[in-house]
Amino acid sequence: MGLDSVRAIVARDLDYSDRFEVISLPGGDSIRLATPSSGGTKTAHSDRTLSAALNYPLYQALGADFALDITAAGDTTVGTLHDIAAAGVRRTVRAVVPRSTDPEFRQAVHRLADQMVQAALGTAGIAATRVLFVKDGKVYQIDQDGADQKLVSSSDRQAMSPAWESDGRRFAYMEFQAGHGWLYVQEMATGKRNAVATTGTALDFTPAFSPDGQTLAFSRATEEGTDIYTINVKNNCCLRRLTVGHFSDNLSPTFSPDGQRIAFVSTRPGLPQIYVMAADGTDQQLFAPFDYGVTGASNAPEWSPDGQSVAFHRDVAGTLQVFVLDVRTRTVRQLTSVGRNEDPTWAPDSRHLAFVSDRSGYRQLWIIDLETGRIRPLLQQSGARLPAWSPRLSEAPSSTP
Amino acid sequence: MKSVSLLLVIGLGVAIGAGACASNPPPQTAPQPNADSAAAAERARQDSIAAAQAEADRRAREEAERVARQREADSIAALSHTAEEVRATLATMIHFDYDKATIRSEDAAILDQKVAILQANANLRIRVGGHCDERGSDEYNLALGNRRAQAAKQYLVSHGIDAGRIETQSWGEEKPLAQGHDEAAWSQNRRDEFEVISGGDNLRRPS
Repeated sequence: MGLDSVRAIVARDLDYSDRFEVISLPGGDSIRLATPSSGGTKTAHSDRTLSAALNYPLYQALGADFALDITAAGDTTVGTLHDIAAAGVRRTVRAVVPRSTDPEFRQAVHRLADQMVQAALGTAGIAATRVLFVKDGKVYQIDQDGADQKLVSSSDRQAMSPAWESDGRRFAYMEFQAGHGWLYVQEMATGKRNAVATTGTALDFTPAFSPDGQTLAFSRATEEGTDIYTINVKNNCCLRRLTVGHFSDNLSPTFSPDGQRIAFVSTRPGLPQIYVMAADGTDQQLFAPFDYGVTGASNAPEWSPDGQSVAFHRDVAGTLQVFVLDVRTRTVRQLTSVGRNEDPTWAPDSRHLAFVSDRSGYRQLWIIDLETGRIRPLLQQSGARLPAWSPRLSEAPSSTP
Repeated sequence: MKSVSLLLVIGLGVAIGAGACASNPPPQTAPQPNADSAAAAERARQDSIAAAQAEADRRAREEAERVARQREADSIAALSHTAEEVRATLATMIHFDYDKATIRSEDAAILDQKVAILQANANLRIRVGGHCDERGSDEYNLALGNRRAQAAKQYLVSHGIDAGRIETQSWGEEKPLAQGHDEAAWSQNRRDEFEVISGGDNLRRPS
């Protein structure tokens, strides 16, 4: 029974990776996978224990490129990926999956699924990831497949703008406190949190971790307007101001994955648009091109984990749409057009985005695959916003009761 | 009226008779009034005058007291009415165009009133909170709300109010006043709110 739910979770993970075509075989206990994007590379997934005796010609006739067996051997779950064309086993992965009642059960299965994707395609999947988001002023987490929604805010104060540290063990967010904005860094495993960079009288918001986890960039609103600062988050010291706006606002920093650059929003052209600078604040320049007087306000940039793109949203005819900037060519393309779509956040595979959309009549979180254009709802609840997709989450960060 | 003139005549006759006695007694030409009854009448007269006077005095005193009490009540009412009115004027919100932080010309008058109130109440300190509608970007609205709060503060400061008496906050779109999703609601939500931090008791009306 546990094995059935393991298979069901893995099958959905493979489906949600948007890299395979998953088909149930006659008999109902097997699924077949095919990669539409790689010219006929296909994977099949079977649950039978007789992996060594797999009928390769049969799977080949069905058009499968891979077959995946998931079996139980004592307390170990074994995933075996067969290469149908080569008529042999590509990889066998053994994983200790906790009982299905264990809170770590699903993540362990997701990690197994990611290893299977890695074995088949050479790139890891995004199954073992979570999305943080804000609802009713509180921060929640949810697995990428929509399971296990959980409150992670630890106070009743209004929170905004959760942002992951790149190792997935901590996240930063902003909380209103007596009319000011304080930044906190909270450990995922323990819920323990520390205030960062707060003067008590400023409005600090939109925190973003540097890739090495040492630095937190953020926006600070003062009498002079809003500007971007960095602080050493380890020692809570060494506050540095990166922008001097005077009559314009600078906000919403996001680091490039190499830590060398920061994309951000600036109102220096009149309307907010996407700019970029070196991580020390030098060499500030326009990043996402726009037509002066024509293009609407652009906000909420997030640099992709592979460094090649920056997702953001832009006002188009009075509503917001998600755009992607190609960093190398500095060209933008519009990704969405149905309803209002905003606050995109990258999956670690740099091809999926989670974002807020009201396309179904109310604001909730959706996921789009940039390669296939396939869109699915992550949530079926109204009011979710400001999503932040985690990096790949490794072993459970020692969450002991 | 008649009795009054009679009394005068009698009195005059007594004085004449007294003077005449010293030399040669005059003939009793007029009937002598009874001296006792005249005195009694005079006493009664004096008594009634005193009583009337006392009554009048008492009434006047009571009236004065009543007027004083009324005046006091009126002025207390007037005083608290003034404080209430001043407080309401102080709390009057100003509004903004979409994605703008510029003070509208009609709102400048509202800010002018706040300048006068702040000048008339030297200990008064206030907080300005900037708010946005839900149309803009959630996080950008924190910067925009800050601009809106700063715009009001700068207006007050440029009209002579010490900057240290004005705190600012931004709430972005997090605290909408109207819950609707149309321009009617949005236009109410794009606002600055003003609240008293301290020195808000017994607010004086600007002279």
